[in-house]
Amino acid sequence: MVEVLEKTARLALLGAPNCGKTSLFNALTGGRAKVANYPGVTVEYRKGEFELPHGQGVELLDLPGVYGDCGHSMDERVAIDAVRGNLEGERRPDGLIFMMDASHITTHLHNVLQAKNYGLPIVLVLNMMDMAARDGIDIDISQLEALLGIPVISCVAVRATGRAHLLDFLNEWSGDLLHGSASVPEPEGDVLKELQAKARTITGGAVSRIEQAETFTQRIDKIVLHPVIGLVILLTILFVMFQAVYTWSGPAMDMIEGGIGLLQMGVSSVLTDGWLKSMISDGIIAGVGSVLVFLPQIIILFAFILLLEASGYMARAAFLVDTLMAKVGLNGRAFIPLLSSFACAIPGIMAARTIEQERDRITTILIAPLMTCAARWPVYFLIIGAFIPAKKVGVFSQQGLVAFGLVIVGIVFAMIMAFIFKKTLMQGAKSTLLIELPSYKMPVFKDYLRGLWDRGMIFINRAGRIIMPASIAIWFLASYPTKASGIAETFAGKIGGVIEPLLKPIGFNLEIAISLIPAMAAREVAVSSLATIYALQDTQTDALSGIISASWTLPTALAFLAWFVFAPQCLSTFAIIKKETNGWKWPLFAFGYLFVLAYAAAGITYHTARAFGL
Amino acid sequence: MTLRDLPKNTPARIQGFEAGDSELETRLREIGFAEGDQVEALHFGLFGRNPMSVRLNGALIALRKSEAGAVIVEAL
Repeated sequence: MVEVLEKTARLALLGAPNCGKTSLFNALTGGRAKVANYPGVTVEYRKGEFELPHGQGVELLDLPGVYGDCGHSMDERVAIDAVRGNLEGERRPDGLIFMMDASHITTHLHNVLQAKNYGLPIVLVLNMMDMAARDGIDIDISQLEALLGIPVISCVAVRATGRAHLLDFLNEWSGDLLHGSASVPEPEGDVLKELQAKARTITGGAVSRIEQAETFTQRIDKIVLHPVIGLVILLTILFVMFQAVYTWSGPAMDMIEGGIGLLQMGVSSVLTDGWLKSMISDGIIAGVGSVLVFLPQIIILFAFILLLEASGYMARAAFLVDTLMAKVGLNGRAFIPLLSSFACAIPGIMAARTIEQERDRITTILIAPLMTCAARWPVYFLIIGAFIPAKKVGVFSQQGLVAFGLVIVGIVFAMIMAFIFKKTLMQGAKSTLLIELPSYKMPVFKDYLRGLWDRGMIFINRAGRIIMPASIAIWFLASYPTKASGIAETFAGKIGGVIEPLLKPIGFNLEIAISLIPAMAAREVAVSSLATIYALQDTQTDALSGIISASWTLPTALAFLAWFVFAPQCLSTFAIIKKETNGWKWPLFAFGYLFVLAYAAAGITYHTARAFGL
Repeated sequence: MTLRDLPKNTPARIQGFEAGDSELETRLREIGFAEGDQVEALHFGLFGRNPMSVRLNGALIALRKSEAGAVIVEAL
């Protein structure tokens, strides 16, 4: 017996998208994988471990959601390969936990019949039983067990009391799995039509539904999914979001700026003048501080985004804009990858794996970098703060309007480029949409705060991991061999001088040319590099926005903003494009087209602004 | 009639699937469309009623015309 207990039972979480697999995975293993209320959040398998109440160790595999056993898209194939034992370097699971949203038992029950064909011991876990009861669905669990011939457990994955049943069951079952005494279900055959008929007979015997006049979700959807009112609501939400970013962030930003100032004063009083003091004060504090000061804006932005994701609204947004996406030939499934790209293009590009048609997947990958990622915000915030007066237009903040506009410009160009790609390089693929719109849910407060915390920490960690080393490097290059006669005589000035002639026609100065090079590591490094360059030139410790509003012209600033809408920067993005498309062709193409657009946009903006005498 | 031409708020019963695209039929079946089920079109996109969302056994499913055209229905 002892040796059995030392062995770990391996279980896999299988089931339709958005039925709560990752929520259960996080709850059991203490994991922090991203959860949201829309299909297609999980696109990779992940492993976690936990211990059952009686001490048995369990290794749990969280899999992307999949309806059947065909594997239409890359993420679905990962799930099916995992269950079949075809994943490289991964042992086949000992048993399957088949999760199902209890409210959808009638539509999805045939999926569990299909899963019986895998020939592994299997348990059906009906999740969100509380929501099903709310919608008037009554499930006779023991009757269902008898008709299906497999164990059935009711569950509410996000609550400890809701998981108790499942843990009790796993306590027994994991032992049976390791002894090889767990029963393996009879295969059901693979003709879908017959499985559906059988499933309908089973639900007829074990599920009763009290038809309700109208559920809560249906009542809301009448307004939210209205073709015109719904779009107005969506735009209003986005609009309010950017207004809030500007109107609510002030006090917190002032505090951070004050703290940075104190730190710099402390450093000056402790250290004597010399290279060390300059490196810490002008390099690290000025550089890292110039980006960290925008943390409040990032938090407010994600406070909105995470709320919309958890509530189930984002899938509605996907429905509302699909009418436009269909017009430009984009796949309906492209919405979620593009939405993810507002945090960072990297998870967004990976999320494109849910798109079945390869050409649609590549098109989506190519336009994902046009979504306004979190790394662009410090650039936007800096320039908007320095050049756009904090005035109100009516009741609206003018700065919020400009930020909103920049995001919209990115989206519009993404749609235009998608249209062009689909008409030229990516012809032929038929674009499709077939998704389930989830019921609205109250976000789990703990998960919500944790998600927000994680987003904030990602921003802060980047400051330590990328911006600090970059700031030190820029400090060195902009200080030596001598900075006495200005930036042009330093290493940084010489390097920047090479590309400056290319950028001069679009209104960029030497400082900008220098800052764009390290910004290849991460877009916000453009801000920290400018902070360090100007801190070295300037003896008084002014805020960066004050310095550039005094030394840049408005056309230059606007051209810089236009450049960053496209910003062919961020090596990690090109690296992930290479990985996801297996070659150099698409990352080079993406860089090329983004560079051309960025250059043209900056140039047109610069010369137009000058022509208008700005 | 196919689901793509079903007027709003008109309950209909699924009769079968258009032959010719077995991959699409599989995907429609997998997500839950089956003969005998009742469907009702609830919402439409702004341009050309595309996409549409339909109620099917308590679930709300969004699909484009190209998918809806493969589901044969009869209004009740």
